[in-house]
Amino acid sequence: MGWAIALHGGAGDISLSLPPERRLPREACLRHCLQLGVDALKSKKSPLDVVELVVRELENNPHFNAGRGSVLTSNGTVEMEACIMDGNTMKCGAVSGLTTVVNAISLARLVMERTPHIYLGFDGAEAFAREHGVETLDASHFVTPENIERLKQAKEANRVQIDYTQPMQKNGKDTATANGDSQIGTVGCVAVDNDGNLAAATSTGGLVNKMVGRIGDTPIIGAGTYANSLCAVSATGTGEAIIRGTVARDVAALMEFKGLSLEEAAACIVKERVPKGNVGLVAVSATGEVTMPFNTTGMFRACATEDGHSEIAIWPSMKD
Amino acid sequence: MAGWAIAVHGGAGVDPNLPQHRQEEAKRVIARCLDIGISALRSSLPAVDVVELVVRELESDPVFNSGRGSALTEKGTVEMEASIMDGEGRRCGAVSGLTTVKNPVSLARLVMDRSPHSYLAFSGAEDFARLHGVEVVDNDYFITEDNKGMLKLAKEANTIMFDYRIPTLVPDTCAASVENPLLMNGLPVSLYAPETVGCVVVDGQGRCAAATSTGGLMNKMCGRIGDSPLIGAGTYACGLCGVSCTGEGEAIIRGTLARDVAAVMEYKGLGLQAAVDFVVKERLDEGKAGMIAVSRNGEVACGFNTNGMFRGFATEGGFMEVGIW
Repeated sequence: MGWAIALHGGAGDISLSLPPERRLPREACLRHCLQLGVDALKSKKSPLDVVELVVRELENNPHFNAGRGSVLTSNGTVEMEACIMDGNTMKCGAVSGLTTVVNAISLARLVMERTPHIYLGFDGAEAFAREHGVETLDASHFVTPENIERLKQAKEANRVQIDYTQPMQKNGKDTATANGDSQIGTVGCVAVDNDGNLAAATSTGGLVNKMVGRIGDTPIIGAGTYANSLCAVSATGTGEAIIRGTVARDVAALMEFKGLSLEEAAACIVKERVPKGNVGLVAVSATGEVTMPFNTTGMFRACATEDGHSEIAIWPSMKD
Repeated sequence: MAGWAIAVHGGAGVDPNLPQHRQEEAKRVIARCLDIGISALRSSLPAVDVVELVVRELESDPVFNSGRGSALTEKGTVEMEASIMDGEGRRCGAVSGLTTVKNPVSLARLVMDRSPHSYLAFSGAEDFARLHGVEVVDNDYFITEDNKGMLKLAKEANTIMFDYRIPTLVPDTCAASVENPLLMNGLPVSLYAPETVGCVVVDGQGRCAAATSTGGLMNKMCGRIGDSPLIGAGTYACGLCGVSCTGEGEAIIRGTLARDVAAVMEYKGLGLQAAVDFVVKERLDEGKAGMIAVSRNGEVACGFNTNGMFRGFATEGGFMEVGIW
């Protein structure tokens, strides 16, 4: 038993030739956020506080698709969503359709703690944010020049990014965009403390050129985010595949109903239960195990455990 | 081939004092919708078409809380949500925050069939409805006099009504004098708050599907999303079974109830009814909820920990039942 933490900055078709100016700032951000989480766990912060803290930091970094840096809808606007869950109490909170809230994850936590509901969306969620004096900024704050360019490219290609299976996708499988990383979305963090308390948090701006009003897997308990007394999971990738596969809950369900270990359960879901090229996840168990499987080209990820193991990576490591 | 089966619900949690004539009315609606489903199955419609058809009927009838007759938000508006899932390929569609779409379940179906996404909400979902020429009506169409009264009571009691709960702060001093302690304009009113609707079907070819639709909770916050549109919570279908849940949304979400019925069948090897019983017993914390389910083998099952659930079942073998308690 010991504490453990894992975080991700999205899984997808990350080109192996990703230029250093795109790779290095993200690696630096992962390293910084991991350290932040480790320090918080060492100073006995609860896993719920730790995952919120780390995801806030990831949201604030424009290199990842959440908070500032969120990708744009077909109308050029930002609609952010997030979800947080406490494994002990199974309490959870979620938000969708945010346009001005600086830290979506903290609003999700407020929904969990200060409303009789679990999930608020769009205008109602924005009104709730104002009621509670949460930090908001003009919607333009979240729009980065890089994402305006991505939307332009996506529109030229007439493509709603990431979905390979739906009928609207007329020209079949799409190749990666010029940037090679514009499909990458979502940030997340899972943590467990020395007492085996678990928590998970996920936050995203969604898909480039998504329809206005589109909700992905991130805010859905059991799809993009889940925690109970056994494990905590945050998933990333093609939202529609993750929703259908109830990915985060199924990792826990395999442990609970079939007695699999964390690593076996997560590997089974990612390798056998969702289409290849679509999904990655990070997970920790109550006993301090950590796993970060993905079936995409890469996943921005980092983890650390109390016994000294630490990793920051993008593509499959040699042992895989 | 095991044969088709269908189950329908009109919400779990029933006022024990619900007047007899309203019980009969609810049962009539369930039976009528069941018949529509049975005819569709006999003419070999696929499961996913049947659940949509039946839920449309339930939505259009003001007796239950979805579509017309939806519960009201704290602002007195209606915000409807629905989802549908086809066990074949686990395709799914969901909608939330609808204010003018007459049949939310059919918009969920369109999201599944005609959008690259699985879930659209609020103004984006309304825009999508207009883009596809879906029937829309004025928001007032959905608001019934009964529900305006219920909202007033809920506000006076400062509570969110979980459909069947008696507002906690209503003084019970008048209870002795009348059968029903709740008064509105000096007149007794029924506690009966209509609810979520759902349908699950396995067709003659063993394909399962599920659909759920709701107006949500009386006096809910604007923007509140419940379990009904959430795949794995209120609705789920796969190759093994189809499940639709109803009750306290927040407990259903935490318990990922609909997916868990399928998960215990798949990972624990339980049969359909055993899986439903397990989930109701083990996966609901303090929450009250109910569910209906069908399996690919043509079985039907239901379970609830509330005092009742409006429900009906039929199988190709000739079994048919409509019940509340």
